[in-house]
Amino acid sequence: MALDQSFVGRTYPPTPAYEVGREKIREFAESIGDRTPAYRDPEAAKSLGYADVIAPPTFPIVISMPAADQVVYDPALGLDWARVVHGDQRFTHERPMGPGDRVVAVVVVESIKSFAGNDMITLVTEMSTEDGELISTARALLVARGGTETEEQQA
Amino acid sequence: MISAQTSAERFAVGTVLPAASFPITRTDLVRYAGASGDFNEIHWNGRFAVEVGLPDVIAHGMYTMAVAGRVLTDWVGDPGAVEEYFVRFSKPVVVPDDGVGALVEVSGKVTKVLDERRVQVDLTVTSSGQKVLGKATAVVRSS
Repeated sequence: MALDQSFVGRTYPPTPAYEVGREKIREFAESIGDRTPAYRDPEAAKSLGYADVIAPPTFPIVISMPAADQVVYDPALGLDWARVVHGDQRFTHERPMGPGDRVVAVVVVESIKSFAGNDMITLVTEMSTEDGELISTARALLVARGGTETEEQQA
Repeated sequence: MISAQTSAERFAVGTVLPAASFPITRTDLVRYAGASGDFNEIHWNGRFAVEVGLPDVIAHGMYTMAVAGRVLTDWVGDPGAVEEYFVRFSKPVVVPDDGVGALVEVSGKVTKVLDERRVQVDLTVTSSGQKVLGKATAVVRSS
């Protein structure tokens, strides 16, 4: 079933602040097998001009994905979340995240489309400090795969 | 050697990034699930994956994106120089529970000079000979 177009442009409330921690960055870097010193050694990060260790480029997904859940599980929107797959992902960084950043995410529904029985929704999530400094923007296409058989069964 | 190159040479169109291959096992997916907070069962539970129509457990798309990004960050040296990074998840990376898992192969090259300070890098990311990430591109700060 096509999603309600009136959700386009809707802004969801800011998430509670997520505080980026040094050990979380290290854990994330370990999980992707990345030994880059600037992710775990403050001195290595300082030699690159940063105040402290920095997070890898895809680290903000730790914040943007739970933020997007507000939309995915919004009963008013009615996205078939059990059929949702990740279509594409973009990150635009003003700077890398680092320890002590208290990050607030605001999700906006950028577009809703239907194609070949699939619902496609694009979410833009701006991640800023509590003081309002934009750090990273995540743009994700989520696709709810059409399930004609299932819909017929349900009907 | 990189140190022997000028910045202009290093970031010239056609520059090929050092390629890399990344083995992915179930253990890696479990570790990434914990680190990222994405506990979707299709990434660790084979029974569940098959129930929802997948051939087997598949890697998190974001895991593949992160691993492929290592080719960018290893090349540029400063991970903070990756200003923009985009991928399309075109095919799932199936990770069987056979003690071997999957292999993701990543190569890249500079395709465009965007301005005095930025270049575009295109990545090719395959597994079992199939492209798993489409249109994988990054904007990297060159100075």
